Amino acid sequence: MSRFGNIGHRLYTGEVSFDFVGRRRLWTIISGVILVAAILGLTVRGLNLGIEFKGGEIYTITKPGVTIAQAQKAANELTGDSAAIVQKANTSNGQEILVQISSTEKIDPTKGQDGLSKSLGLSTQQINTQSLSASWGHDISQKALEGLVVFMVLVTLYLAFAFEWRLAVGALVALLHDLVITVGVYALVGFEVTSGTVIGFLTILGYSLYDTVVVFDGLKSATNKLTKQNKLTYSDAANASLNSTLVRSINTSVLALLPVAALLFIGGGLLGAGVLNDISLALFVGLTAGAYSSICVATPMVAWLQEKRPEYIELARKVKQRRAAEAKAAAEGRTLDEETPQSEVSVPAPTGGPRNQPVNRSRSERRSTGRR
Amino acid sequence: MASPKSRPRDGYPGRALSLTLAIMVALVGIMIGTGHTTPRLGIDLAGGTSVTLKATSSDKNAINPANMAIASEIMSQRVNGTGVTESTTQVQGSDEIVVNVPKGTSSTELATELAQTAKLYFRPVLAEQQQIDASALPKSSPSASSNGGAKPSGAASPSASSSEKPKASAPGASASPSASKTQGDALSQDLKAGSSASAHPSASTSAKASAAATGTAKAAATPSAAPTSGTVSGQTAGTVPAALQSEFNAIDCTTKHGRDVAQVTANRAKETDQVVSCSSDATSNTWTKYALDKVAVDGTSISKAQSNLSTQTGQWEVDLSFNSHGAGQFANITGQLTKNQPPANEFAIQLDGLVQSSPSVNEAITGGQATISGSFDQASASQLANVLSYGSLPLDFQTQEVVTVSPELGGSQLDAGLIAGLIGLILVVVYSLVYYRGLGLVAVASLLVSAILTWSLMSLLGGAIGFALNLPAVCGAIVAIGITADSFVVYFERVRDELREGATLRPAVRNAWPRARRTILVSDFVSFLAAAVLYFFTVGKVQGFAFTLGLTTLLDLVVVFLFTKPLMTLLARRKFFNSGHPWSGLSPERLGVRNPLRDSRNSRRPVPTAGKEA
Repeated sequence: MSRFGNIGHRLYTGEVSFDFVGRRRLWTIISGVILVAAILGLTVRGLNLGIEFKGGEIYTITKPGVTIAQAQKAANELTGDSAAIVQKANTSNGQEILVQISSTEKIDPTKGQDGLSKSLGLSTQQINTQSLSASWGHDISQKALEGLVVFMVLVTLYLAFAFEWRLAVGALVALLHDLVITVGVYALVGFEVTSGTVIGFLTILGYSLYDTVVVFDGLKSATNKLTKQNKLTYSDAANASLNSTLVRSINTSVLALLPVAALLFIGGGLLGAGVLNDISLALFVGLTAGAYSSICVATPMVAWLQEKRPEYIELARKVKQRRAAEAKAAAEGRTLDEETPQSEVSVPAPTGGPRNQPVNRSRSERRSTGRR
Repeated sequence: MASPKSRPRDGYPGRALSLTLAIMVALVGIMIGTGHTTPRLGIDLAGGTSVTLKATSSDKNAINPANMAIASEIMSQRVNGTGVTESTTQVQGSDEIVVNVPKGTSSTELATELAQTAKLYFRPVLAEQQQIDASALPKSSPSASSNGGAKPSGAASPSASSSEKPKASAPGASASPSASKTQGDALSQDLKAGSSASAHPSASTSAKASAAATGTAKAAATPSAAPTSGTVSGQTAGTVPAALQSEFNAIDCTTKHGRDVAQVTANRAKETDQVVSCSSDATSNTWTKYALDKVAVDGTSISKAQSNLSTQTGQWEVDLSFNSHGAGQFANITGQLTKNQPPANEFAIQLDGLVQSSPSVNEAITGGQATISGSFDQASASQLANVLSYGSLPLDFQTQEVVTVSPELGGSQLDAGLIAGLIGLILVVVYSLVYYRGLGLVAVASLLVSAILTWSLMSLLGGAIGFALNLPAVCGAIVAIGITADSFVVYFERVRDELREGATLRPAVRNAWPRARRTILVSDFVSFLAAAVLYFFTVGKVQGFAFTLGLTTLLDLVVVFLFTKPLMTLLARRKFFNSGHPWSGLSPERLGVRNPLRDSRNSRRPVPTAGKEA
């Protein structure tokens, strides 16, 4: 806990600060490598689709004392080969054994239940059956995909309306980036894709964007009246805004990850395989990617797009001129008058009206810089 | 310090807080008042069987809400017909029906039963026999031997008992025509202004009643037919074809097993086969066994069926119309049947191998419009109409998913979910407290309010719209802890930003709000949009998850607006926070004011205030 607090505190006080936007190339390389690995994993290894996508039956044996070997033997007798997948899962009521038999084996569920119960010496009551048609997983992912497309269109429109299209593009790229990485991790590691995983993938949508939107909100106000000055390029302003909201971004990400981690390690650890585990695993990977992408992908992407706009090209030119002048002036040993407080201006006056409230004397002691 | 006049600029925190409190008290009050104190649990948590069926059809337009609703109704009847209580059947998405049976055990059988294609046929009746489940009658033979009184001799020997029982029930059958739905229906042409229409029901009902009476009277004379202990068979009316004779004799319609056997055999039979079939329902423990001819009219020839209250007789009846093909077939068959003697003048409406109704035919019906009248009440009329409508549904159902969860497994899943949720919550609370100290308490209180609202709303929705908490929904709720906490972070960080810029706490809290509010609204909107899209585009588990996520996102807004913000405003007036106590989370030291790096941070800030003061 204190470790989190420490990191947060150091970031908070500005001890740690990063040039996110300027290291665009680094992020591109990192993301590029991960994305290539993810896509390679997807195309070469493919996803390890669960039985929900292949169709078949899952028999859950709740009787304690049945070992995996016994269950595997019984399942093999039933199918005539060793294609059945036998897993162990821990529940609060002890252990249970999951036997998955693919529909290609053409074992009738009732027959399977009877067969297993006979060879294991159990009553059929002690075996739960879950039977899935091959089209079920396909259908649910089909619908999920439709939902994904609709969501992306809607959210792009919304972001284009609430911010502007370049930010919407940045957010969309970050989102796709997260999704591809998450799916890629699944392909590379070989985690089984189940309906829970699909739910997890879909939730990444909301979360990845939540983070990005929080960052963009700061970015928008930071670059509001940027063209009115000539000290900062868009990238500089974007980076400054990123740093000033970094604590917030990290805190929101950490707080979002904590319950998910609890689900993953505690819920999943207690239960073994299960829906909780599947959802939280996908979420955990996706959220981590999301935290990275909202800072290192979305904003640099937006900065790159914005820098192509004529007004910001013009701004960059002016800033360059000014800096050259400053450098020259510095070389000549004099300073530019107005330079002192504004040399690094990044964040314009916060909204919320003019702050003309009376300033308390006692408080002014804190504001050492203001008096210096 | 800000002057007291700035108070309206703070809003009215007291009012907002009391509103929140009122909402909470109201919700919890309703919750306790209505008795829905816990959320309804889904099958995967409470245990039970869930069968998902998907409609398929060659005709895409046939999969429409109206047809799905009828199909769902039929499914529900099929499940309830198996003696299951508390089952729920609902249409999910556009083309799926989910049947949830709590704590059922014979899941696979149920699934097969549900998924079978419903076949509705009109078959002429060749012969019928009434069978009485004597064991279900109050005075059954085992105890009757010690009984004196009215039926002393009846119980003494099998022959006597079988002669007694039909007598006992015969008055019931004839005296209460309203109960004999299966037998007492008559069919007539749909004549809008014919006085004959009203004449038919009564005529046929009485005819049937007398037929039943004679049947049982004969049964009394032939005391042989009682091979099994509890079953008493009446005499066979009509002629059973030789090919069916042994099967007809063997089947016992009074037992579930017997009916199942008959149903399976009947379902397996071709349309051109003659079959033995049982009535789907008993009337005063009297089941009817039929020998049926080959299919005369296929149920898909029905274009429409509906129940209505006859304006002439004041009784419930079922109107049905056939398409042109069916109308021709129906005219043929009714023309033939009307010449026959009872019971061969009846045709059986056979659904899924069970006879739903066997009205007698009074005349040839040529117009493709028919009315089944008789002893219906509203429920039985609409049930029959549904059955007939179902026959006109060109829908097949495929089992998509069968999930059986034992209550123990469900319980352990719920436990694991709750433990994970609790630990997640504790982690978030600890993080908030360590990082935000005093402010963390605000976050914890807000989370608590949020938790209470979520729980009570979920419980109430369980009662109101049948919202069932399943495992993905629990996941959604746990994940939502993060989202809710995020809103506080956004707000707190804004307040601290303001403080870093040199504002005192009260203005900081006030000025931070508009921007924090904007951020929270925008990001919650995106979150809600994701949940809404998921809800409308997906089904089943994903939908449950999306619903929870959407609900908690909305509640997050409510909590932040009506609780966190007013609470902050109030706390900003307290000395503990206002003076920047080290544990308030708002202390200058914690904000890094004394830190050398603070200079660079601050210098990046705009000058206005600093300029004025300097």
